[in-house]
Amino acid sequence: MAVDYTTQATGGIGDAVLRKEDRKFVTGEGRYVDDLKLPGMLHAAFVRSPFGHARITSIDASAALALPGVHAVLTNESLPVETGVLSASNPGGDVRHPEQAILAKEIARYVGEPVAMVIADDRYLARDGADLVHVEYDPLPVVVDAEKALEDGAPLVHAEYDSNLVKTLEHVTDGFDDAMAKAAKVIKLRVDNQRLTPSAMETRGCIGDWQEATGEVTLYTSTQVAHFVRTFVSIVCGTSEAKVRVVTPDVGGGFGAKLNTYREEFAVCAASHAVGHPVKWIEDRTEAGVATIHGRAQVQYYEVGVTDEGKIVALKFDAVQNNGAYNMLLTPSISHLTLFMVPGLYDIQDISIRIRQAFTNTTPTDAYRGAGRPEATHGIERLMDAIADDLGIDAAEVRRRNFIKPEQFPYSSATGLIYDSGSYDANLDAALELSDYAGFEARRAESEAKGKYRGIGLSTYVEVCGLAPSAVTAALGIGAPGWEHSTVRLHPTGKATVITGTSPHGQGHATSWSQITQTELGIPFEDVEVIHGDTAFQPYGLGTYGSRSLAVGGIALYRSLGKVREKARELAAHLLECSIDDLEWTGTAWQVKGSPDRSKTIQELAYAGWTSASLPEGIEPVLEATTFHDPPNFTFPSGTHVCEVEIDPETGRIEILKYTAVDDCGNVINPLIVDGQVHGGIIQGLGQALFEETVYAEDGQMLTPTFVEYLVPSAADVPEMTLSRTTTPSPSNPLGVKGIGEAGTIGASAAIVNAAVDALSGLGVRHIEMPMQPARIWNVIQEAKS
Amino acid sequence: MGETITVTVNGTAHTAEVEPRTLLVHFLREQLNLTGTHIGCDTSTCGCCTVHLDGDAVLSCSTLAVQCDGREVRTVEGLQAADGTLHPIQQAFHENHGLQCGYCTPGMMMAAVGIIEQQPNATDEEIRDALEGNLCRCTGYQNIVASIRAAADQMARS
Repeated sequence: MAVDYTTQATGGIGDAVLRKEDRKFVTGEGRYVDDLKLPGMLHAAFVRSPFGHARITSIDASAALALPGVHAVLTNESLPVETGVLSASNPGGDVRHPEQAILAKEIARYVGEPVAMVIADDRYLARDGADLVHVEYDPLPVVVDAEKALEDGAPLVHAEYDSNLVKTLEHVTDGFDDAMAKAAKVIKLRVDNQRLTPSAMETRGCIGDWQEATGEVTLYTSTQVAHFVRTFVSIVCGTSEAKVRVVTPDVGGGFGAKLNTYREEFAVCAASHAVGHPVKWIEDRTEAGVATIHGRAQVQYYEVGVTDEGKIVALKFDAVQNNGAYNMLLTPSISHLTLFMVPGLYDIQDISIRIRQAFTNTTPTDAYRGAGRPEATHGIERLMDAIADDLGIDAAEVRRRNFIKPEQFPYSSATGLIYDSGSYDANLDAALELSDYAGFEARRAESEAKGKYRGIGLSTYVEVCGLAPSAVTAALGIGAPGWEHSTVRLHPTGKATVITGTSPHGQGHATSWSQITQTELGIPFEDVEVIHGDTAFQPYGLGTYGSRSLAVGGIALYRSLGKVREKARELAAHLLECSIDDLEWTGTAWQVKGSPDRSKTIQELAYAGWTSASLPEGIEPVLEATTFHDPPNFTFPSGTHVCEVEIDPETGRIEILKYTAVDDCGNVINPLIVDGQVHGGIIQGLGQALFEETVYAEDGQMLTPTFVEYLVPSAADVPEMTLSRTTTPSPSNPLGVKGIGEAGTIGASAAIVNAAVDALSGLGVRHIEMPMQPARIWNVIQEAKS
Repeated sequence: MGETITVTVNGTAHTAEVEPRTLLVHFLREQLNLTGTHIGCDTSTCGCCTVHLDGDAVLSCSTLAVQCDGREVRTVEGLQAADGTLHPIQQAFHENHGLQCGYCTPGMMMAAVGIIEQQPNATDEEIRDALEGNLCRCTGYQNIVASIRAAADQMARS
């Protein structure tokens, strides 16, 4: 059914309806995992390795056990679990996947690796107990830098392998060498996409509750992927998946960091089994700095062959990805997303890609907002400015000359994707207009007159979203599918329950899913309840990540709504004694064409379906439908971001004067929510560009575990943003939607860095690494002047 | 051993025994079951735990429960009227999409009420500066600033 935005009633698709989730959060009635209390519940604290690499020679828990209120101290040997943490991700089938015990087994390989677990009456006593556990370590050689880890003779993170190489991803097109040889010019660039700490405001936390009598395990956990967690808990804990229930309470942000299956989730279940009580663990922020995955950490080397006119003829990309000490759920797959997006939104058919993944003595890396795609976008967008600068072509013009054109869609990329739709020139035109790009030089002169450097930067991006067609996840060797589930259930009173496999943690699915339900089935927005994140309710859900919820889960919902509507049609025809072909859908009722007095509302049909007093032949009672939707393709949101900065040479501080974003996420369900996603995404990209960096000392010590050292942007650090949209509906799904969760983050960092490089270009500055903290900028200026 | 304190929270006096080291935030959450006040860090940096102590916005993670003996605390649960009418700041966060995951929201709103009371005519820049101690990872702050501005206007009118 085509969506007509001009005729929707309030609360339907396309309306900026206020969120139904909000009231519980603004009144303090949200229920996050730390808000839950179970009878007899005990509390856990972990003893973690203070060394980046060390042999554990002894663990003495006697002092901890002597402390009143401490119930148990568990170690690898005493934890009743045989298996370690699993990984779903095995691209190519030849990835190295070392054992990751729940609690460190003989050797700890990064600062923060859990070594022992203390169970006590309350969290204060658990922490006291952890401080009393005496562990003897024999330090081993450490390597934290991924490039150094791949050098001959580097300390081995896992002694069972002959190197620290996890996996090499390679993709070279047949014509690459010839094309590169014909280039008029080859331009090189090294880009360091620094390690980041995701930093959801709610840290991780979980409660394990193992019922001895039945063997049933309930795990309450702050996650984006309840069903993955259930599957893995059942395997790791050696119990039936049918006996495990994972409940996701309200989740205080995730950003990919909760798209995982963590040691602590298994540990609280096993500990509950061991001590016979529910066991809760809540991560401290300082602990989160080492215990929760990091993101990015990719060093890239670009070589691009261009014509004299700035047209790219061949692109070489050689990168090293720092995987950390172990592979988590999707670690080896993240750089595959980078591989996919290396060419960006440019028509580049001759390409050579190599990405080497390395083990290091650091916290594992995995998905962080954008997950592999911001790395690709930041690099290619820095590269486009390098080309523009080298050839003396305007930065917007060089992009325009290389864009994939609207008539080329569907477009087969050199990395094997089929881009669905887009209008990259339209994004660029709109953004240049909104940002007054043409008038910039006058503004630069104004700043110069004040002794400041002003610059403008562009970032044009496309991202691969709507993860994922299961055929692709299978081809990548990921042992999991990419479909999504929905169930729509109409109650006798005409109200609806929507059960979704997506797992929102701030994205407002209850609101958006209700809007889709109102438009497609005529059930009023306020009569729809959305259930998510509890494995007891759903057959299986793949969860929320990769800007997939609407493009995959929303379509699963759309299809279930259509099934219910069609079943209602058969029922209506039966009750109205006509053929289904005689009926038309009014938006809220089936009526006999041209006879408004002969109709049945969806609520009347819900009641009739439930009472089953008179059903057509072969129709089961109750209006309910379930869909498992496997998307035929990814979606490809795109956009142009423009940033204008002013740099104070005295302090090195960058002030963002203007930030403009034009995004194309296809059709929009709720513009309010879309804008909110873009705002937050941009500021996370800004955080990477200006402030954030997860730093290890060479000996493996973590130098940025808290918000004192790791600088998450505050309101005072960020600009007011100007947003606009273009719309090219996705042809891959019936709602024409693409996804918006990660767009801001993917687009932002390059626009900001390009603006800063532009500001200092008069000094001869050609590149700046992130984060562009004042000290770095001040040094860049001093070096350029000397 | 424990000390006995009496703290008035959202207008109700509570007498309880606490350890001297018990933080106000844990007293509120664990002993009074007022779980609307959240913990986002352990370095007094994020502002998630902001409550009002005798009318001033403070970090309940950096305040000992024993320090609150004989004093008045207001938490997010005390914002709305007895009849369920939302406080202007709550209504404004809802109407301006000033929250996403909701985790920072109680602390953000308590800080915002403090800002509005002290600077009823604050500019956007002043709001942003005053909000520096409250971190949000979801919204990019734009709609939070808009929410606070809207609430300030509403409170000035009423």
